[in-house]
Amino acid sequence: MDAQTRTPLVEMKDISLAFGGLKAVDDASIDLYPGEVMGLLGHNGAGKSCLIKVLSGAYKRDSGHIYINGQEATINNPRDAKHYGIETIYQQLALADNVDAASNLYLGRELLTRWGTLDDSSMEAEARKVMGRLNPNFRRFKEPVTALSGGQRQSVAIARAIHFNANILIMDEPTAALGPAETRQVGELIKQLKSEGIGIFLISHDIHDVFDLADRVTVMKNGQIVGAGRVQDMTKDEVLGMIILGKCPPGAIPGPGAMAS
Amino acid sequence: MTSAAPGATSAAPNEPAIRRLLRATEVDTRMLGMIGALVLIWVGFNVYTQIQTGEGLFLTPRNLWNLSVQTSSIAIMATGMVLVIVMRHIDLSVGSIIGFVSTIIGVAQVHILPVYLGLDNPAIWIISVVLALAIGAAIGAAHGSLVAYLGIPAFIVTLGAQLFWRGAAWWVTTGQTIAPLDDRFALMGGGPHGSIGATASWALCALACAAIVFGIYAGRQRRTRFRFPQRPMWAEYLIGGVGCLVVAGATAVMNAYPWPERVAAQWAQEHNVPVPEGGLVISTGYAIPVLIALVIGVAMTFVARRTRFGRYIYATGGNPEAAELAGINTKRITVLVFALMGLLAAVAACIDSARLDSATNVLGQLDELYTIAAAVIGGTSLAGGVGTIYGAIIGALVIQSLQSGMVLLGFDSAFQQMVVGVVLVGAVGIDTFYRRRTAKA
Repeated sequence: MDAQTRTPLVEMKDISLAFGGLKAVDDASIDLYPGEVMGLLGHNGAGKSCLIKVLSGAYKRDSGHIYINGQEATINNPRDAKHYGIETIYQQLALADNVDAASNLYLGRELLTRWGTLDDSSMEAEARKVMGRLNPNFRRFKEPVTALSGGQRQSVAIARAIHFNANILIMDEPTAALGPAETRQVGELIKQLKSEGIGIFLISHDIHDVFDLADRVTVMKNGQIVGAGRVQDMTKDEVLGMIILGKCPPGAIPGPGAMAS
Repeated sequence: MTSAAPGATSAAPNEPAIRRLLRATEVDTRMLGMIGALVLIWVGFNVYTQIQTGEGLFLTPRNLWNLSVQTSSIAIMATGMVLVIVMRHIDLSVGSIIGFVSTIIGVAQVHILPVYLGLDNPAIWIISVVLALAIGAAIGAAHGSLVAYLGIPAFIVTLGAQLFWRGAAWWVTTGQTIAPLDDRFALMGGGPHGSIGATASWALCALACAAIVFGIYAGRQRRTRFRFPQRPMWAEYLIGGVGCLVVAGATAVMNAYPWPERVAAQWAQEHNVPVPEGGLVISTGYAIPVLIALVIGVAMTFVARRTRFGRYIYATGGNPEAAELAGINTKRITVLVFALMGLLAAVAACIDSARLDSATNVLGQLDELYTIAAAVIGGTSLAGGVGTIYGAIIGALVIQSLQSGMVLLGFDSAFQQMVVGVVLVGAVGIDTFYRRRTAKA
């Protein structure tokens, strides 16, 4: 493979994570290159969200290593992950419902005045700019985000992730709460981010979503990697076979979770 | 995705006048409701006493001055309780912290410090207050740590703490009351000497009015700089005018309450001032505990609205998981919020013991419930994420007005408790109904 000569942006090696006796992630390895969209597929409960939450710092791994740009990284909490330029858009829309869009956009990274107090006006002005690019219809800056529609909330979440120069973006079911027009918008956005050299993990259980947007896909089943491969080397049916049966097609590199052939 | 954006300036042509007024001034309607309830209580009690005794006893300078002093300790604690409840926690221990801190500083300034510094040393009250604040904050931080790092529910931690510190307070003095306290320390409790008099009160009033005008001006400047929609000019004048009028009115009432005749006569004798015919009239002015409460109210509003710490408290209360994922150290915030609550309880302990001029282990009993009630009546949601400092202060005023009014009417204490209980449930009931309706609209 030609990509193998470059240093991957992210490499997660032999990651394991267990909740009590349940092995949510079992010896999984995955990598991501700059400007690439890696689709991570699998059934609900296949372990894809858990694996990615290890990268974003929401869960602490039991074993395994994470390398960012070839260097071993220490990620124990979300703050560490942000430090490495990893931003996450969560499935359940991780917004604080009771504060407004600007506050959510800057949550954890507030702009301060020279007195050390919150600079709400600057944050609101900046939020107006960012949202103007992302979703020109968005005007409800003063209201708590709980009053917004699913799509509006999603645009706040995405704005939050891209506004801070992320170089690794994790999108967990980014279109789950959206209508068709908004889904298309997110697709455009992903292409734009890709062209800027950002690496994106796109997690979904909807194969169509991923096939249109991803360069490569990795499939998980029962916490294990079934296989990984480039989208053009596989058909949708073959990927479905990976998801449902764990059968690795010839176009993909099999992982530990692949069915013995 | 069309958002019906109610921009602040998009004036509908035939909008009712009241709604236009509310929208232009951007006033919180819930606050207006609370103030309306407060006015209703005040006028109600005044009319009732008028009918009962022939003269209105509630809306007199004397009663309002007393009310302001009585409210200060609960109001101070309620400002902290708001933040605790916004974080989805609760603190049932504040009353017991008052008891414990009070006995400790009582022992310190009566039995320990005079031995080393001599009686009447001006350092005594300073050391006492610093000691109180340190102990209060440390106790709060300990509670917060148990909640944040061991994951024990705040209800349980502070319920245990309520018993623990009340017991500890008894143990400090073996149940004895310590009195009298240091003279300078006692000024924190108010009273004729613990008040600032007419001149200083008017100076303070002028300062507050200047601050209101400056605040409005700075707000306009900021909105211009970022090209945000402005409030109409008449609305700015209205807000400024009403604000200054309220401050001036409150100052006038405080100054209208004179020192008791005997206290004034004694003071005149000590200072060789001739007593004019008809007695010497010395205005009391704002009491020191009231000023402490006002300063704390302003400071806590600043913390809640203008600092990162405050923003994180609200964000954590709204969605703890999101806050954690945004990289906020929610555990540290939890410890700090409880420490702040402990600190404010210590301030209340100083005021309460100074007012009684004694320290006793039963001080502050049931205060946690009044504090929580004040916060909740003031619009704090027990579900977390919602609550304002000024709301809690008004809530404290509502509770204290009820109690003080019922004392004036000679209701017995059992009945007072029943009424406060009914009002608490009723207020939250009305608020829930109101929120549901505005959420639908």
